[in-house]
Amino acid sequence: MHEILDLLQNNSRLTAAQIAVLTGRKEQEVKTMIEKLEADKTIIKYFTLINWEKAGVEKVSALIEVKMAPQRDVGFDAVAERIYRFPEVKTVHLMSGAYDLAVLVEEVTMKEVAMFVATKLATIENVLSTATHFVLKTYKQNGFILEDKESNKRLVVTP
Amino acid sequence: MRTKWSEYINPAVQQIPPSGIRRFFDLATEMEGVISLGVGEPDFVTPWHIREACIYSLHRGRTTYTSNHGLLELREGIADYLSSQGARYNPRKEILVTVGVSEALDLAFRTLICPGDEVIIPTPCYVSYLPCTELAGGVPVTVATSMEDQFRLTADKLEAAITPKSKVLLLCFPNNPTGAVMDRENLLKIAEVVRKHDLLVISDEVYDRLTYTGQHTCFAALPGMQERTIVLNGFSKAYAMTGWRLGYAAANEEFIAAMTKIHQYTMLCAPITAQVSALEALRHGKAAMEDMVAHYNRRRRLVVQGFKEIGLPCFEPGGAFYAFPYIGNTGLTATEFAENLLLEEKVAVIPGDVFGPGGEDCVRCSYASSVEDLTEALQRMGRFLKRRGLQNSKVVYI
Ligand SMILES: Cc1ncc(COP(=O)(O)O)c(C=O)c1O
Repeated sequence: MHEILDLLQNNSRLTAAQIAVLTGRKEQEVKTMIEKLEADKTIIKYFTLINWEKAGVEKVSALIEVKMAPQRDVGFDAVAERIYRFPEVKTVHLMSGAYDLAVLVEEVTMKEVAMFVATKLATIENVLSTATHFVLKTYKQNGFILEDKESNKRLVVTP
Repeated sequence: MRTKWSEYINPAVQQIPPSGIRRFFDLATEMEGVISLGVGEPDFVTPWHIREACIYSLHRGRTTYTSNHGLLELREGIADYLSSQGARYNPRKEILVTVGVSEALDLAFRTLICPGDEVIIPTPCYVSYLPCTELAGGVPVTVATSMEDQFRLTADKLEAAITPKSKVLLLCFPNNPTGAVMDRENLLKIAEVVRKHDLLVISDEVYDRLTYTGQHTCFAALPGMQERTIVLNGFSKAYAMTGWRLGYAAANEEFIAAMTKIHQYTMLCAPITAQVSALEALRHGKAAMEDMVAHYNRRRRLVVQGFKEIGLPCFEPGGAFYAFPYIGNTGLTATEFAENLLLEEKVAVIPGDVFGPGGEDCVRCSYASSVEDLTEALQRMGRFLKRRGLQNSKVVYI
């Protein structure tokens, strides 16, 4: 099962038939397994990794560190929810260490980030402070090196 | 000066026929858009942690010779690995680090072979075996394995090849070019013949980690075989380290001492940079290696299934990264098949006859390539067969 997940994580366009060949299983068996994984939300969503810069989209991403005061019974969850519901927020992690939430906003303009932090994020009660770091360049994302300069030039025929 | 250079060249060298692979190489290199299934090395780059360890060693100025035997730490790592395979060696005296399995093979032959000694070589086999035997003054005696036997060596065939001059049996499983593997049961039968006729065994196990069906058995781990076996292995295939040129031989102390004599005067030692990196591979390379093996295994299933679907019978290879489909029903010789396929569809495969008797009706296809390239190559091969009225079914996995 993990092998199927690995394959799909790497290439979500693989069909059940292809996965069946690669893993030595029956197509129907793979189909059933994927359906189950989708149904129980082990597989949450299929998406595409895009190099937006290459597509000519000049938008920015920022990592915002958020410190907050935990609340009785719900800890950080309630505040986190108020933050992650914003559509420009793409990823939110609760962190150990110097701050509490790592909030990643992506594909927005610089001004939108500023507005978001000043008028939305910082004003939420129990948010104690924020620190915004803009992404200057992305080298690697989701395990993929965006501009891989490495080339493995093998001879075309070797013994 | 005599008129021709050839008059100066040692006849033993002149006699060696040019490599059958070479001609293909020239042809395929000149063409654009070729998908090559002719490559006998991993398509992966050496895992980063190994390269990083190499860079660090250079930073620290590790640029010297090492002991002739190789770094002791590395030999200890190798001994640990072999011990995990069931063969115990003293790292100080029974292991020699070499420049690839290639050097180890040459040293083993030169240390062992007296003029006229016969070396029994199951074929199809790696292209170096016959010429290296001859260069060492030995006489190669080929034993053709067959698809019916899954390209395994059988005790009967081995028996039949033995003469009073037989000295060594050269084994290579998992095999290049067939992908055949031999399990413990199969090997025990061979060991019996080896014992009966007092043969020595050179066991080239460079593909040992690339075993997909069952578990690899180190020949030296069989009862009574360690004393008469020279195990050759290396880092090229398992860790995608072909260009580093690092391998080793493990054998009896006296034999290693004798091999080391040649090694110290001809090679001095294996490169320290490669040795340091190989040690990193042994210590921390397991996960990366297993990941690569998992990839090969998927591709293996893909090509075997693909050949089935396009109408090329192919026995299921259990190891290495080669498939050896049968092309005898196409009416073409292996060379014609490979040549036409290259010219018409720009797919390079290697005609099986270059690997010796038993390979005439097959072609070697390396699946150390991306799934995309393999899929495209299979499509092209399907088209090639269809033009000849041979394709028997539709390719469904595309
Ligand atoms: C069976 C076999 N033995 C030995 C070698 C050479 O290995 P190395 O790179 O360690 O010299 C190869 C390489 O293709 C091989 O296929």
